[in-house]
Amino acid sequence: MSEKKRGGHPRGHGGGPFGGPHGPGMPAEKAKDFKGTFRRLTTYLKPHTGKLLIVLAAAMLSTIFGIVSPKILGDATTILFEGFLAKMKGEPGAGIDFAAIQRILLWLAGLYLLSSLFAYVQQYVMAGVAQRTVYDLRKAVYDKLGRLPLKYFDARTHGETLSRVTNDMDNIAGTLQQSLTQMITSAVTLLGVIVMMLTISPLLTLVVILTLPLSVIVTMMVAKQSQKHFVAQQKHLGQLNGHVEEMYTGHKVVKAFGRERQSVERFDEVNDKLYEAGWRAQFISGTIMPLMGFIGNIGYVIVSVVGGVLVTRQAIKIGDIQAFIQYSRQFTQPITQLANIANVIQSTIASAERVFEVLDEEEEVAESSAPAVLRHPRGDVSFEHVSFGYKEDQLLIENMNVNVRQGQTLAIVGPTGAGKTTLINLLMRFYEVNGGRITIDGKDIASMKRSDLRSLFGMVLQDTWLFNGTIRDNIGYGREGATEEEIIRAAEAAHADHFIRTLPDGYDTVLNEEASNISQGQKQLLTIARAILANPAILILDEATSSVDTRTELYIQKAMKELMKNRTSFVIAHRLSTIRDADLILVMNKGSIIEQGTHDELLSQGGFYADLYNSQFSDQPEAG
Amino acid sequence: MLKLFRYMRPYRTAVLLVLLFTFFQCLSDLYLPTLMADIVDKGITLGNVPYIWRVGGVMLLVASGGMVCAIAASYLASKAASGFGRIVRGRVFSHVENFTLQEFDKIGTASLITRTTNDITQVQQVTIMILRMMAIAPMMCIGGIVMAISRDPGLTTVLLAVLPILALAIFLIAKQGIPLFKAIQVKIDTLSRVVRENLTGIRVIRSFNRAAHETVRFNDANEDLTATSIKVNKIMGAMMPVMMLVMNFATIAIVWFGAHRINDAHMKVGDLMAFLQYAMMIMFSLIMLSVMFVMIPRAQASAVRINEVLHMQPDIHDPKEPGKPGLQKAAVEFQDVTFFYPGAEEPAVSNLSFRTGPGEVTAIIGGTGSGKSTLISLIPRFYDVTSGRILVNGTDIREMRQEELRQRIGFVPQKALLFTGSIADNIRYGKEDATDEEIRHAAKVAQAADFIEAMEGAYDAEISQGGSNVSGGQKQRLSIARALVRRPEIYIFDDSFSALDFKTDAKLRAALREETGDATVLIVAQRVSTVMDADRIIVLDEGRIAGMGTHEELMNTSEVYREIVISQLSEEEIA
Repeated sequence: MSEKKRGGHPRGHGGGPFGGPHGPGMPAEKAKDFKGTFRRLTTYLKPHTGKLLIVLAAAMLSTIFGIVSPKILGDATTILFEGFLAKMKGEPGAGIDFAAIQRILLWLAGLYLLSSLFAYVQQYVMAGVAQRTVYDLRKAVYDKLGRLPLKYFDARTHGETLSRVTNDMDNIAGTLQQSLTQMITSAVTLLGVIVMMLTISPLLTLVVILTLPLSVIVTMMVAKQSQKHFVAQQKHLGQLNGHVEEMYTGHKVVKAFGRERQSVERFDEVNDKLYEAGWRAQFISGTIMPLMGFIGNIGYVIVSVVGGVLVTRQAIKIGDIQAFIQYSRQFTQPITQLANIANVIQSTIASAERVFEVLDEEEEVAESSAPAVLRHPRGDVSFEHVSFGYKEDQLLIENMNVNVRQGQTLAIVGPTGAGKTTLINLLMRFYEVNGGRITIDGKDIASMKRSDLRSLFGMVLQDTWLFNGTIRDNIGYGREGATEEEIIRAAEAAHADHFIRTLPDGYDTVLNEEASNISQGQKQLLTIARAILANPAILILDEATSSVDTRTELYIQKAMKELMKNRTSFVIAHRLSTIRDADLILVMNKGSIIEQGTHDELLSQGGFYADLYNSQFSDQPEAG
Repeated sequence: MLKLFRYMRPYRTAVLLVLLFTFFQCLSDLYLPTLMADIVDKGITLGNVPYIWRVGGVMLLVASGGMVCAIAASYLASKAASGFGRIVRGRVFSHVENFTLQEFDKIGTASLITRTTNDITQVQQVTIMILRMMAIAPMMCIGGIVMAISRDPGLTTVLLAVLPILALAIFLIAKQGIPLFKAIQVKIDTLSRVVRENLTGIRVIRSFNRAAHETVRFNDANEDLTATSIKVNKIMGAMMPVMMLVMNFATIAIVWFGAHRINDAHMKVGDLMAFLQYAMMIMFSLIMLSVMFVMIPRAQASAVRINEVLHMQPDIHDPKEPGKPGLQKAAVEFQDVTFFYPGAEEPAVSNLSFRTGPGEVTAIIGGTGSGKSTLISLIPRFYDVTSGRILVNGTDIREMRQEELRQRIGFVPQKALLFTGSIADNIRYGKEDATDEEIRHAAKVAQAADFIEAMEGAYDAEISQGGSNVSGGQKQRLSIARALVRRPEIYIFDDSFSALDFKTDAKLRAALREETGDATVLIVAQRVSTVMDADRIIVLDEGRIAGMGTHEELMNTSEVYREIVISQLSEEEIA
């Protein structure tokens, strides 16, 4: 008996054992190019063709064995019934033919065993195929991310990219594991059941098939009705979550301004709307089961009645009725299931499309085939007629010419949001120039390998990036294969050694995910140590304005000075002392370089810089 | 979870009706095979065609009755579960809105958000499943057994043997698989973390040429996750085939033994056919129950987290008999105030005593962790002092109603928080009935008018969630305007100028001086230039007052202050 066989199988969803209830009409995302994406997804399955064929064969065999068995079981019932009837009529020597029944039942046992066995083989092999495919896909995306220019990452949130590597992949894995084979078995079941029913009684089959349009119409109607409520529910849930997130993160402000009441009012309003849409969506999609059940029951009754009449006329055997009832029950199921799977596959293809979108992004300009190599970098940097804009048609920098010689310091100043990191982006080739060229020791950086170019630089940025690992590993990140001694020496030079040793686990202290177990200033010291260890020819520094306590601040300054000795340095400067000591100052505003020169030159020009400088310091009382 | 179900109370009748309708639905489902057996035994066997037609009609009636009951049950269950979700959600939210910062610190904002949103949704979903499936499964199971026994008690022994085997099989597979599901969750988190670190640190990774190293980390995590996923799917893949096998073999056993009993005239053929269907119903209800047992622990975990929130009582209450605010205006006084964060061994601030008056600017400076933000959080009673007292206008703030206290304060937090809505809405947050004129004025003083007017829609321009469409400095200025529009007696600026460039900072302070007039102003700052011209500077060091006075006084008397100044200004400026 395999009625409902594939109905109750909970589909793994998002890694959990049993997903939430999937009502019909849950709106699925639509893929833009279904066919193309589907075809492309299959190319990832190609290496597993052999295994997929096994899965296909196993699924079909398992289903066919499952479908044949009710008919065979029916034969046993027939023998039973006829023997029983004969006995009742008192025919001589009549009785139930147990030998025949036993034969049939043994056959059945074999079939059931095979059916289950193949069902397991199918699941077993598919597990490998599905997960390996997603493994490859995930790896492809990750490798791709490594080749994408910074432009890509700056243009979108991390969450967006992250969700493509995790959620979308999960979705694809789940579908490959469950829905693909379900689709095969559902289709085979539908066909098989029709064939089996036809062999039993074409008349009864016709009757059952007549209920088919009914179930299709009901499914469609329910789906259509519930869909609009699901959409509304999704919308209100989004609003509600947004409100909660906003109010909780802004709790201090809500309290300070005494706006709790309004906040609760707004919440209640959305909550009510959510309730209205929620129960409707739930209810309407919940009617599908009883409705389909009823349609199934209509078929059941008709088969019982018509079949009963046919049996009394000897047109059909009793066991066939029993088999037929089972078939008719299996008949509606693949239809509902195929409708659900179609939905799931839609959203999977949409996921795959998002993944492929990443894979199709334009990569960084290819490395030159014969890269220039600097054996003993000095650190002379020049920008020659450089023009650049984040958008093709909006140039921020035009015909910029700057020369920095070995060991000099260049300060970049300007108000917040003036685009001070632009130069850094160009120097390290995170972005490519639109015109002109940048040279280091006379060599165009575009002719170097990116990795070679970047190894010339050391960076200490304001957003200190440290990873989840020990302090030793974090400093050691600056140079692969650094010895313990070198790491400690770098930490000492960065004035970080002392505080590290005061931590309970010293250099083995593991920084937690947000690195919140050390202070902001200490983090900066670690990044300085990391840069010292890397021992670069050119430095890029971003002076901190953020909250650092005074003593650490002093250490940071000392460490930075130490680091800058004899190196060409590009400093995003906030400190007046740094600015005035710089060999060259670039003044930026609204993304463009508006002035350049030394401190004195710029002051005498009386431009933006002079204005900035005076507004800050001229009205200060002379302290003493 | 049971504790949460007390919020189901308004839907008591609905739930009872759900059970009742489900009961009828089960009865109808159970009755159908019996009717079919009648067709076989009385109709077909005896060749009684009219009887077959009549019973067929009855079957149709019973089936439609069952459908009506099922739909009614579904209707009531949907309403009850959604209503239950609405009530719990509303309770949790309004309860959390009463929390002080202390409770927020304890649970964590992110966790509170998840508890109010996902956890409740999870519980609501399981509730509807309980109402629909949990109710049906036992009824079907028991009903099926009763009907089976009524058909033939002898054959029921087969069920007695099969059911434990089925239960054991489910249990064994689930026991293998479920811990692996948990492991997968951890591995997904690890993978996400590696990718997130790669995304946030992309500049560092590229500049240090450590992509290869990162790739190794990623591949390890990917491999690990994949291996576990394959394993778990291989195990769980056995679930269905094994269950089907057990059920199918049970069928064979029933037919075999049934045949013998028919031969011995203990039962009829129709009985056997009905019995087979009952056996299936019983076993399916068992599978349904096993699904529930996986769902419930998850919802249980959510329910516990929700209850934790509901049981947490805010520490700060309004006094029963609120005192009248004193006659003094715009005065804040700290009297020997000490404050410990809950569970902390060291006080965050200790023995603070000072007084500010109308028209005075008091600046607070000190390193990270010196207690500046803590000090000012005590004034609006975000936290209650551990000892000592704080007076506003001469009255202890614990004797005032929180609303009354906070009405007098214009607070600008360190992290400028804006809400979705237009710019005008955001400024109006400070004073609900502010006129357009007042809003424009506040924006002008806060040096925000220029950039607001440059935006499309000006004051009607929409702020997106988290204020991502305005820069950090712009956010700070809007958050200042929001406090200004209140025209409070007490202004509190918690390091609110940090994202402003020097020029804007200076302009803003000049404009503020005129605006604040008779009010008392407290400013927390990092930059010496921001605090230099205050009437009084309080230097905090490790939670204690290390010096108090004007800039000139402190330069002569306070070592800590001098250190701060030196670190920020070069020598000649100080001289």
